[in-house]
Amino acid sequence: MFEGLQQRLGEIVRKVTGRGALSADDVDATLREVRLALLEADVNFKVARDFVARVRSAAVGQQVWKHLSPGHQVVKTVHEELVRLLGGEARELRVAPHRPSIILLVGLNGVGKTTTAAKLAGHLRRRGRAPLLVATDLQRPAAVTQLEVVGAQVGVPVFSAPGATDPVAVARAALARAESEGHDVVVVDSAGRQHVDEPLMAELSAMHAALAPQETLLVLDAMAGQDAVTSAEQFAARLPIDGLILTKLDGDARGGAALSVVSAIGRPILFVGVGERLDALEAFHPDRMASRILGMGDVLTLIERAQEATSAASAAETERKLRRAQFTLSDFLEQLRQVRQMGPLDQLLDMIPGFAKARQAGLTVDEKQLRRIEAMIQSMTPQERATPSIIDGSRRRRIARGSGVTVQEVNRLLKQFEEARRLLRHVDEHARGRGPLPFPPR
Amino acid sequence: MAGEAPGWLGRLHNALSRTRATLAARVDALLAGPIDEAFFTELEETLVQADVGVPLSGAITQQLRERSRGLSSPDAVRSTLAEIIGEMLGTPGVLHLDPPPAVILILGANGSGKTTTIAKLAHRLRQEDRRVLLAAGDTFRAAAIEQLEIWGGRVGAPVIRHQAGADPAAVVFDAAQAAVARGADVLIVDTAGRLHTKVNLMEELKKVNRVVTRALPAAPVERLLVLDATTGQNGLAQAKHFHDAVGLTGLVLTKLDGTAKGGIVVAVAQTLRVPITFIGTGEGLDDLQPFHAAAFAEALLAAS
Repeated sequence: MFEGLQQRLGEIVRKVTGRGALSADDVDATLREVRLALLEADVNFKVARDFVARVRSAAVGQQVWKHLSPGHQVVKTVHEELVRLLGGEARELRVAPHRPSIILLVGLNGVGKTTTAAKLAGHLRRRGRAPLLVATDLQRPAAVTQLEVVGAQVGVPVFSAPGATDPVAVARAALARAESEGHDVVVVDSAGRQHVDEPLMAELSAMHAALAPQETLLVLDAMAGQDAVTSAEQFAARLPIDGLILTKLDGDARGGAALSVVSAIGRPILFVGVGERLDALEAFHPDRMASRILGMGDVLTLIERAQEATSAASAAETERKLRRAQFTLSDFLEQLRQVRQMGPLDQLLDMIPGFAKARQAGLTVDEKQLRRIEAMIQSMTPQERATPSIIDGSRRRRIARGSGVTVQEVNRLLKQFEEARRLLRHVDEHARGRGPLPFPPR
Repeated sequence: MAGEAPGWLGRLHNALSRTRATLAARVDALLAGPIDEAFFTELEETLVQADVGVPLSGAITQQLRERSRGLSSPDAVRSTLAEIIGEMLGTPGVLHLDPPPAVILILGANGSGKTTTIAKLAHRLRQEDRRVLLAAGDTFRAAAIEQLEIWGGRVGAPVIRHQAGADPAAVVFDAAQAAVARGADVLIVDTAGRLHTKVNLMEELKKVNRVVTRALPAAPVERLLVLDATTGQNGLAQAKHFHDAVGLTGLVLTKLDGTAKGGIVVAVAQTLRVPITFIGTGEGLDDLQPFHAAAFAEALLAAS
């Protein structure tokens, strides 16, 4: 997530954090690198320029430089400005308490509106709402069918009008249906359109006027380039955009263009899409994201995901075991399964402070590997799982045969297990101690 | 099927008519005075804003600096610039479709416009009186198969399909058999959109590619990456990974009907030496055109 930006800024941050004193030239050089890193991450040209100017004036205004570590001061300033660039405070979705709230999703072709509509509806349903999905994309072939399929997958009914040609009329009819059937949130999927397509943009304005949505959300592709600002400005000029949803953040896209949109149209990111699974939608937190971009990890999100994936009781149990270092391979197996429920492993690793560096060094995660690990542990006796130290050469050969892997792989697993034990203890300490690490460990 | 589409320039011109003053005009304006640093800085900024990327924008500007010494007319500077970018773009791609049946694998990230591109491509080939067969290899996305079937019906190309969730390699194997049995000239294979970072999905793609080559050993196989013109610097990483996985034979740049310039293809063409074969300029079936480097270079420099 935001990998390129993270990598570049992380490097710059590492370079200056350890420094005792910084000259004006050092600051200039750092800021030049920051600007380049932003541009390479697709941050809009003008936004990058303003960003650097703001960091510079903020840094110059600070009197404490000689007393606190100047490197840390620069990093802190970059972090603060990054939080601001990302929209400042996290904002939650506004949903009216009683009458149906209307959420309208708009955006360019292929950004992921339909998938996002289903994810959002599922998210609302899990929070006790009774949403209705509305299919108004009458342009793209089978778009209505697509929404019906993903709607069914998240357990949310879909309103569509077969044979209809006027999306505004469909939206109106859906509203009447929502009221009569007691839905409290209506999520409207609209057809993708180019911002220069005059008839389609006029249609969108008409739709907005007819629906008067609580939230009109612009869906943005994390892979977008410099033009994202232009198109977002055009959408915002035609209808009031309340917020943004950023999609496809599970790749290695740098996402800088989307960040630029936040500052260009002055609207926050509410959610980010982080995977193809329909529950892969996360609330967006500017401060946490800024930490992640600077390679400082995001322990808070990691913990939240863990809380969603595990029951409180089993979490407490694991915690107890972790503290007493009683963590066994059986627990590891269970953890592994829970971790896999939390989402793709590479995303989780990015949230761990200091891990970004290891990832840049070429650490990749193959989900298939996890299945092999499961097989290996399942080939062990309960005794072996409880006390891995008894696993000698002969047992290793048996486990390898039993799970269809090589002895080397069994060796690696046992070594990794020891490392995982240490790592989990490390995360645990930070989680209970100080929250996210202020700076990457060096 | 290489070659000219009459009216291509006109179409591109229409697609770009919304853009304001071109760099050409800017060059003229700037050349009222000397070609100075301000001009080069502005040129570099224009390229960065067209998603060409910082390193390559710098390289282009630097080359122009060297090659434009002694040039005094705006026209000469302009054509030198177009030359530099044209060299980086390389020769446009040409589809190799003989002997039939030929296979065209359509690959790309989610939402780049693969299915629509297939419809346009099939339409184009149908107009050349070729028998086209489509393979519904996107078995993952909801209603992707239905979407392809609707397009297939519109352009007159039968679709070989399995159920949603089926193994795409199996679909492609069946489609390859059908292509031979039915005497098709071209088999176009749709694939699910995938981010290049998903190891297992890239493996799946390699398998589809292997199955095609094995099922039709004598067939020419085109592997076209569909790249969205709004894509930023991530487009290069995307293209690299797809190229590593299956060996791309060409690029299709879609959604050039917006204001995005698609400058990332310059970096892709230059780094990977993969030619650009087609561009997509709209939502209609006729909006797929062979790529022209010179016209593209000119459009790239339109100020935004």
